[in-house]
Amino acid sequence: MVPLIKIEKRNDVPMALYFFTPFIAIILTILGGGIIFYILGFNPIEALKFYFITPISNLYGLSELLLKATPLCLIAIGLSFCFKSNNWNIGAEGQLTFGAIVGGGVALLFYNQEGFYILPLVILAGAIGGMIFALIPAILKTYFNTNEILVSLMLVYVSKLLLDYLVVGPWSNPEGFNFPETRQFSDSSRMPLLFEGLRIHAGIFLALAAVMLSWFILYKTYLGFQIKVSGLSLKTAKYAGFKGKTMILVVFMISGACAGLAGVGEITGPIGQLHRMISPDYGFTAIIVAFLGRLNPFGIIFASLVVALTYLGAETAQIFLQIPKYTGQVFQGMILFFLLASDYLLFFKVKILNLKKNELRH
Amino acid sequence: MSLDISFIGILIGSIMASSVPLILAASGELITERSGVLNLGVEGMMIIGAISGFALMVITDNLFIAIVGSMLSGVIISLIFGFLTQSLLTNHVATGLALTIFGIGLSAMLGKNFVGIPGKEFPVLFSSLRESIPFFGPILFGHSIVLYFAFALPFLTNYFLKKTKLGLVVRAVGDSPVSASNQGINVILVRYCCILYGGAMCGLAGAYLSLIYTPQWIENMTAGRGWIALALVVFATWSPIKVLIGALIFGGITILQLHMQAIGFRIPVQFLSALPYLMTIIVLVVISRDSRKIKLNTPTSLGRIFYKEK
Repeated sequence: MVPLIKIEKRNDVPMALYFFTPFIAIILTILGGGIIFYILGFNPIEALKFYFITPISNLYGLSELLLKATPLCLIAIGLSFCFKSNNWNIGAEGQLTFGAIVGGGVALLFYNQEGFYILPLVILAGAIGGMIFALIPAILKTYFNTNEILVSLMLVYVSKLLLDYLVVGPWSNPEGFNFPETRQFSDSSRMPLLFEGLRIHAGIFLALAAVMLSWFILYKTYLGFQIKVSGLSLKTAKYAGFKGKTMILVVFMISGACAGLAGVGEITGPIGQLHRMISPDYGFTAIIVAFLGRLNPFGIIFASLVVALTYLGAETAQIFLQIPKYTGQVFQGMILFFLLASDYLLFFKVKILNLKKNELRH
Repeated sequence: MSLDISFIGILIGSIMASSVPLILAASGELITERSGVLNLGVEGMMIIGAISGFALMVITDNLFIAIVGSMLSGVIISLIFGFLTQSLLTNHVATGLALTIFGIGLSAMLGKNFVGIPGKEFPVLFSSLRESIPFFGPILFGHSIVLYFAFALPFLTNYFLKKTKLGLVVRAVGDSPVSASNQGINVILVRYCCILYGGAMCGLAGAYLSLIYTPQWIENMTAGRGWIALALVVFATWSPIKVLIGALIFGGITILQLHMQAIGFRIPVQFLSALPYLMTIIVLVVISRDSRKIKLNTPTSLGRIFYKEK
């Protein structure tokens, strides 16, 4: 018996496989993680258990999972509009930060006031802030032909330095003993908690609303159709007479608004003020979430839960096994590597042929 | 008068030193892009080079091993990118991003035990001449060997691309992979080599930071320099000599901004620190406005997947 591997190009991508390969990527990542733990000198089974099972084995853990999945899901939904139309917005972290700055600024205006209207204002301000910040790379791309990848990324550094300036300087808490943080927001600027004693807050409804809305826009409207066509073939889109420039501006605005909402959700939810560390790189990790979810609104919900678990798992593994928490980022990078690699199966058929020796001769 | 001639000499010397990582990374990426491959993982490869160089220096106490090791680590990590994009035909942009995220995480994980360890002094060449010759001394002498290599690299790259047969092959693969392939050139192999070369240069750029420029390991110490290097390649319209000029301009802004902070300029530190990033955006806008110029100079197949039916 001589096993032979034959590789053939597929004519079209089977849809079932398209949504199945992310699971292959997750399984390969878990295996790869086990190997890394083994190299680092830990019992891989035990480490993986602390990573993927312990964090969600109680109610508090599940609430934390949803808490971390919320911003990831929101940002990834926004990014899916950009990526579907071939616009590479990779500065969501900056749009999140700027949204949090604008929303946080409004919350600070009302720091000693109460009122039902305050939270909606803060949320709106955050969304607008993110939207404006995302418009910068979009406008430069449409009118000055500038690479949106580099511009959106440079703006991440700019926004973080701006936040740093504000919390150290003009917005720092006058009674805060010079800590780099602002005043606490008033209760009216805080997201309502869903359960007593758990941190999960009403921001999750924003994420779910974004999922529904994006599904509607992408699959039921003319705009969604334009976005998808431009992603598949720019030439076709031009031939069909779609207004390319307007579309670029729109997808960036949607994406920025979602990232801004995620930022405002963090500062009005678990954080309650502005300080330097408002996001553990949610904006970058959401890129992985968007791909893992196949740019599909419901796929993104699932992917945001998986990736949120890598954050939680890293924290748990650090507490119980002293495994450095950066393994979380390594896992996230690995998921994307394996996902991209498994895409090979979408475009090529790998056949294993078992031929008898005499058959081979003919 | 503090602004005397020798001070200006020292200033120019420090600008040169701060532009070295940009020259190295951008020159490496330039070759990669000239072969038609867009590797956005520069930042990730640099940070891996930085930690592996520093870790090897601490472990072996040998700077030569540290430098060579950092380049090797750049090669190894870029091999992941090469395998995915060239053999498994993945999207260049997404794979490059994954490389950066992975590299930053891996470097922080590897570097956990190296935080706070002081670095070792890196030997400099001609240090006696540096003191004895006013103005030109601090500019030309008393630098590490890596700096001299970095300043020669754009000229070597230019010569390689324009005057050698291999350089022609690289350009042919980047501009027209199909015809290059029909001429019997192994497009995938050439691209693999260019990716690995880019990885080695980015690894060296990272090691320059952690071993020579600020001899210590700090998490995320590349601080976006990899992305600025990518922008420099566009700024230079894929010409090696212009990479050198661009890197010096950015080195100049970085040093100027540090000096302004030091004299207590009445602008918040954060705004000064944001200058290099804002400058990158402004420069990109100015360069890219002329879309014909960009189109003429961009390697025609940049970022496109090449697949040959067997």
